[in-house]
Amino acid sequence: MFNRSNLAREMDALRRSLDQVFDTVPFVRPPVSRFAFLPGLAARQYPLINIFDDENRVYVECLAPGLDPEELSVTVENNKLTIRGEKNGKPKAVAPEAYHRSERAAGKFIRSMDIGCDIDPDKITAEYKHGLLLITLGKSEKSKPRRIQIIAGQ
Amino acid sequence: MTEKTVPVKKDGGDIQATREDARYLIPAVDIFETENELVVICDVPGVDQAGISVGVDENILTIEGRTLDREEDLSKEIHREYRLSNYHRQFELSDVIDQEKISAELKHGVLTITLPKAEKAKPKKIDIKVNG
Repeated sequence: MFNRSNLAREMDALRRSLDQVFDTVPFVRPPVSRFAFLPGLAARQYPLINIFDDENRVYVECLAPGLDPEELSVTVENNKLTIRGEKNGKPKAVAPEAYHRSERAAGKFIRSMDIGCDIDPDKITAEYKHGLLLITLGKSEKSKPRRIQIIAGQ
Repeated sequence: MTEKTVPVKKDGGDIQATREDARYLIPAVDIFETENELVVICDVPGVDQAGISVGVDENILTIEGRTLDREEDLSKEIHREYRLSNYHRQFELSDVIDQEKISAELKHGVLTITLPKAEKAKPKKIDIKVNG
């Protein structure tokens, strides 16, 4: 019979081994996963983003290959970050019947997100590199963590 | 072009040891054909010049991309939707392709491979002599 902690451990082991199967066996995964960067129907889910922060800055990274950096726009308004752009479609000179495979989607996209702290509008930089859009937002003075001086009473 | 996954050819040894821990993603591709060539366009965001490799071995075209190491652990993670992984995909080429002349270009995380057709495979017009 299982006691409670044993059961939890068994369940955890089962979950781990299942995770491992899905992580390592290639044919279990769908041929083109969610990482296919398809704007398609889920236009509001494009581009996929990761957000990090440290004491002074918030880092937003977007997975967006094949964009024209000239057409990409990044705006910040009321601590709301908006990214818009267009992923280029297929070359017009190529007839649709000339395609053997067509898995990459294209189109216009817009995505906004609230940054949970006050952003200094003068300290925003964006860089487009290797298909990743890296945005660095400087925190304003009042949203930086502050060390409180403790006064020792007698 | 047919998709292909080639088993490891190495003889003997411990199969487990040949496996890598890293996860691989199958990148999305477009493949189209023009009169003179086949073009493969492949999304590999996060891969730079040093990390990409395209090779042909025994009629198998292999696309491999290693993503950059990003120092993400320096800062705190707030929200995550993707993880950069390595890319791997293979295609079987037919005799139609002139394997010596394959070229590839990487720009903004998009890999474009141009596979020119061999002379014998290009459409040819036969001159007809008319007698009398």
